[in-house]
Amino acid sequence: MANKSDDILEEYSSKEYEFGFVTDIEMEIAPKGLSEETIHYISAKKQEPQWLLDWRLKGYHSFLKAEDPHWQNFELPKVDFQGISYYAAPKSRAKYKSIDEVDPELIATFEKLGIPLSEQKVLAGVAVDAVFDSVSVATTFKETLKEHGIIFCSVSEAVQEHPELVQKYLGSVVPHSDNIYASLNSAVFSDGSFVYIPKGVRCPMELSTYFRINTENTGQFERTLIIADEGSYVSYLEGCTAPKRDENQLHAAVVELIALENAEIKYSTVQNWYPGDKEGNGGIYNFVTKRGVCRGANAKISWTQVETGSAITWKYPSVILQGDHSTGEFYSVAVTKGKQIADTGTKMFHIGKNTKSRIISKGISAGEGQNSYRGLVQVGSKAENARNFTQCDSLLIGNRCGAHTFPYIESKNNTATIEHEATTSKIGEDQIFYLNQRGIDTEKAVALIVNGYAKEVLNQLPMEFAVEAQKLLSISLEGSVG
Amino acid sequence: MLLSIKNLQAAVEDKQILKGINLQVNAGEVHAIMGPNGSGKSSLASVLAGRENYEVTGGEVLFDGKDLLELSPEDRAREGLFLAFQYPVEIPGVSNINFLRTALNEIRAYHNQPPLEAKEFLKLTRENQKLVEFDAKLTNRSLNEGFSGGEKKRNEIFQLAMLNPKLSILDETDSGLDIDALRIVANGVNKLRSEKNAFIVITHYQRLLEYIVPDFVHVLYDGRIVKSGTKELALELEEKGYDWIKEPVTSESI
Repeated sequence: MANKSDDILEEYSSKEYEFGFVTDIEMEIAPKGLSEETIHYISAKKQEPQWLLDWRLKGYHSFLKAEDPHWQNFELPKVDFQGISYYAAPKSRAKYKSIDEVDPELIATFEKLGIPLSEQKVLAGVAVDAVFDSVSVATTFKETLKEHGIIFCSVSEAVQEHPELVQKYLGSVVPHSDNIYASLNSAVFSDGSFVYIPKGVRCPMELSTYFRINTENTGQFERTLIIADEGSYVSYLEGCTAPKRDENQLHAAVVELIALENAEIKYSTVQNWYPGDKEGNGGIYNFVTKRGVCRGANAKISWTQVETGSAITWKYPSVILQGDHSTGEFYSVAVTKGKQIADTGTKMFHIGKNTKSRIISKGISAGEGQNSYRGLVQVGSKAENARNFTQCDSLLIGNRCGAHTFPYIESKNNTATIEHEATTSKIGEDQIFYLNQRGIDTEKAVALIVNGYAKEVLNQLPMEFAVEAQKLLSISLEGSVG
Repeated sequence: MLLSIKNLQAAVEDKQILKGINLQVNAGEVHAIMGPNGSGKSSLASVLAGRENYEVTGGEVLFDGKDLLELSPEDRAREGLFLAFQYPVEIPGVSNINFLRTALNEIRAYHNQPPLEAKEFLKLTRENQKLVEFDAKLTNRSLNEGFSGGEKKRNEIFQLAMLNPKLSILDETDSGLDIDALRIVANGVNKLRSEKNAFIVITHYQRLLEYIVPDFVHVLYDGRIVKSGTKELALELEEKGYDWIKEPVTSESI
């Protein structure tokens, strides 16, 4: 009895990552290494226009000049940029006209991940873009969306078919010189999702992209661009997994959101990249730049993230509140266990008058996981009556993990109201025993406590995914009480 | 025989706390366990419920014919052993009602019963709220979070009513209660008493036993039951204090 917690820990340590399988499919993979040639290769593969190639090259030159950041609360692993292949695509792909042309092995892969792509089985009410390594393999419900004038396709496709939109907005929120990983992404991004919601249209279904890294020694550098025109609304969700490998893999994505006057974008992430094994070998480096801009008055951007995977998660989904009366929100649950590290939070830039932001961050640390919240609330001199509310909670499970908080507040306008609340708590043996004594086993008890703790954030997720996210939280913390 | 404890010994970090407890409880009975601070009363409750930091070093416990000490804490609960905690914990974000529903359905699943329908569950909730005078507003709040001491204790009795255990152990449920709260708690217990269940009431004072009248009273001292009797024994203890029982320590059972 005295060793019960050890047993549970043991069981947990040997717990398999559910999505660690590899799909055996013939791939076309670029030679390893990064140079101007690599960029020409990718651009040529995608038959891109000259302006995009030029932009990529600018990104490459920014990358060469950029330095590694040094302010993060973890030791930045040396990434061997020459050891990575920057392009990997299933070989059979010419351009799929319909789902029937997609390699059955790929369809099966996504099915195994719970993402059915064939027309008969698609998730009701959710349109999905499936990205496998460097390319988008299928987008469902395209026709239905077209009837509303909504464009939902891969970025590659958008470059060919809607170049004016891509050229206008690409890099307008996250410039190619933003930071080293954004520069790298600008140079080599391979695919991602593109969304355009026309004026006054309320997107009738959830849009979703599912990212899957499969090939060894590749990075995934997807770029997502979402534009919500005046008075429109869209809810978008991304999910991600990767096979188990001993080597670390780099995922350096960029997401740009543009909300024009009276538009609203709700962006949700359920991130479950391979976290590495119990000794901390392997796993994904999830170094991502996500930023949205509320360009017009009364615009609203809301980020919700449930981060359970990756060896290192490093990202700060941000909102630039440019339009008067615009609103930015950030809801986050980040779980670190084993040797996982998360340094995540948000930045809210109040520029317009009467802008509002709300930040709810819930960190959960177990095992030897390290969880840092880092946030910036910046109020510019013209942002009259800006308001921010920040709540930043940390939950500790066991006594070998860590929680850290780095809130930054910069206000240049004395009419601003900024509130910050923070708590740290621990799942105690007393709480577990109490629930045990009522007939609830330890796994369920932890799930109950954690889901209760994260409820405020989970409630923000689209309904179809809230249940999944709850399960994911429970599974990822299975056995982590000791 | 619902509960049979034979020569139970237990230690915490090599310190022997229980030194040979003998106790037998039949369905329909209420046993009171009294004793001075540090005599092992709460330890006995913890050992029976399966708290991890206690190591059983000897003896045996049969609960409804099963070897209790072999069962995990949750299985003991599912078999019908309920501990009303002296210090109920707070669990933020988990609503009282969601918690109770999970508990009830886990216990039902253990007995191969399907989960209770939402309608039936709510009906049961309403009946029991009334029975133990538990404020309906507290049912929807987070489990014990921000509850007053009295509200927490009443919540224990409400849970007891909902889970309908065979054996309930009330660990100093009277501590920190004013006389009105004490009466409400005791009334709840009296309403729940039946020929099919049993109670072990652990208390330092005789006061609670005026409301929950026990069939037997045992005095625990230095990890052993040193005296057993009927409810008159409680009065005697009230009058004389605990000093007179502290002299010759002998193991004794009824």
